Amino acid sequence: MNRIDRRFLTLKEQQRTALIPFVTAGFPRPEVTVPLMHCMVAAGADVIELGVPFSDPMADGPVIQKAGEQALAQGMDLARVLAQVAEFRRDDASTPVVLMGYMNPLEAMGHEVFAQRAQHAGVDGVLTVDVPLEEAQDWVPTLQHYDLQPIFLLAPTSNTERIRRTAELARGYVYYVSLKGVTGSAVLNTTEVAERVALIKRQITLPVGVGFGIRDAVSAAAIGACADAVIVGSALIECLAAHAQPHNETNMFAAVTELLGGMRQALDQCGGNSGDIS
Amino acid sequence: MRPMPNGLTSGDNLDFNQFPDLRGHFGPYGGQFVAETLMVAIEELTAAYEHYRDDPEFQAEFRHDLTYFVGRPSPLYHAERWSRQLGGAQMYLKREDLNHTGAHKINNTVGQALLAKRMGKPRIIAETGAGQHGVATATIAARLGLECVVYMGAEDVKRQAPNVYRMKLLGATVVPVESGSKTLKDALNEALRDWVANVDNTFYIIGTVAGPHPYPMMVRDFNSVIGQETREQALALFGRLPDALVACVGGGSNAMGLFHPFLNDHEVALYGVEAGGDGIHTGRHAAPLSAGRPGVLHGNRTYLMETDDGQIIETHSISAGLDYPGVGPEHAWLKDNGRALYVNATDDETLAAFHALTRTEGIIPALETAHALAYAAKLAVTMRPDQTIVVNLSGRGDKDINTVATREGITL
Repeated sequence: MNRIDRRFLTLKEQQRTALIPFVTAGFPRPEVTVPLMHCMVAAGADVIELGVPFSDPMADGPVIQKAGEQALAQGMDLARVLAQVAEFRRDDASTPVVLMGYMNPLEAMGHEVFAQRAQHAGVDGVLTVDVPLEEAQDWVPTLQHYDLQPIFLLAPTSNTERIRRTAELARGYVYYVSLKGVTGSAVLNTTEVAERVALIKRQITLPVGVGFGIRDAVSAAAIGACADAVIVGSALIECLAAHAQPHNETNMFAAVTELLGGMRQALDQCGGNSGDIS
Repeated sequence: MRPMPNGLTSGDNLDFNQFPDLRGHFGPYGGQFVAETLMVAIEELTAAYEHYRDDPEFQAEFRHDLTYFVGRPSPLYHAERWSRQLGGAQMYLKREDLNHTGAHKINNTVGQALLAKRMGKPRIIAETGAGQHGVATATIAARLGLECVVYMGAEDVKRQAPNVYRMKLLGATVVPVESGSKTLKDALNEALRDWVANVDNTFYIIGTVAGPHPYPMMVRDFNSVIGQETREQALALFGRLPDALVACVGGGSNAMGLFHPFLNDHEVALYGVEAGGDGIHTGRHAAPLSAGRPGVLHGNRTYLMETDDGQIIETHSISAGLDYPGVGPEHAWLKDNGRALYVNATDDETLAAFHALTRTEGIIPALETAHALAYAAKLAVTMRPDQTIVVNLSGRGDKDINTVATREGITL
């Protein structure tokens, strides 16, 4: 069984909501990424989404854009991201790792070559932001052939027909983007999110993660009440950026532990999600 | 298969009018590579365009605006003195520079703005590099009373101050884009981000035959008036189709507009001229079809200028309008199937052609256009005087006089 499925099964048995942090590989510095991944697991992360930096991240807001630019400026590339995952795997055999990014770097490596190398490195799922259902026909089987779960996005604008088609292709979990806009956009309407998640759950049996707009323990708990997973990206990257000075890793990891630990605690206190709010 | 005038072969059985397919694919190229957050907007646009594409009322309004607002048809002009000087084929210039706002760009913005109006979108956004598409968009937005926001790389805002002011005069808001390389590609990223956040009331007018489907098809269709007129004018002027068509290719909208009505006429050779910059061998150019490889950017699969790792690299060209690391997917496909030949002209060759046309014909061409002229001049001398070349004179050069002067050490 793929690590993602196994992890969500365990969480379900424990009636807990998954906490999924997103960090850009190589930010703020390439050598920080692997220790940071372990730090996030220790702070309560259940799945790690690792961003593959790309020069033209059209679905990302300024915070994640800048993180990607800085990572690329320090020589990050897809091969190094895969090497980081392999290094992480040496000490952590169970935490699922999902690569999140854009198609072009994967295409430059070659679809098949990438999938093979990703599996070998210990990657469990791949979310290609700019590959919607329409372009996924060949891509999904390639990923699945190498036991990589194809993770798909759903948006507030996704209608029931698109949700139904996503249910056919998606594996692992689906990522509901709770706001119109790019990553890091503002205000979150939790009632609306709860309604949308309920709608999605009527058609999709996979766990539903919610991202975009989750910044702290309070928003995490609010979303955790209706979702199977909360995904935190921009707020975490901002936290890293605030402690990005060289030789400041101790403070950085402390801040990350505080942010994620607070979310973890808030999620566990609200009793975990049943998911059955419909 | 039969040999074509450009020496390549191509499948005769291809009907080019059948492309793209329903999802916007030209062979392996094109498609809809955008985030799920945009797909519903793309679906809505695709449905609307499919509807109005064949709607006689919409087409009549489009044609009316092309006639009375843009000033079409544009002449097919015989550059007699230049032809004589070159001593080869007869050069004909399709005078898109005489359109309102001075370039072919207005054809497409008129079409898309009419579509925006029919779709009930009161807000228009656009990306621009040199500012020509931004000006064309601001122009039609002013005429139709639509709110207009133009994204422009911060570097380009500095380099193209007059166009920035023009857009502001027309009532548009110009947003400088500070991310990435601060040029056209980053402006496009930012416009896509705006669209994701404001899909309900916003129509995104893309300025070239790139982006997710239906843009490459739609922008081509709106610009195909160039080729349709050229066809009729050629038959009227010299009684047959031209032997060759030449157009510059950045994103490739003026070339696609000229080429498309001729794609099934295999006896007409097609040449797309990319920006060779300092020369292809230097790596400092903007010629993805000449020196790039296929990848995925801005919603479609096409030839790109990228690193081994698939990161998009900065381009270089004397003309800001060709300074784009990708190219329309239909061009990528025409390259692979051999129907069109893609070549390039360096900055120096371009400048020489800029001066040559200005001095011999009294027409100052845009620097983008001068790339096409540079190659056409080379091609002409390999052909007989009874043969004809049509060059798309896609824009006028007034906007470029500062660039040319600076390059030649002259302070205005």
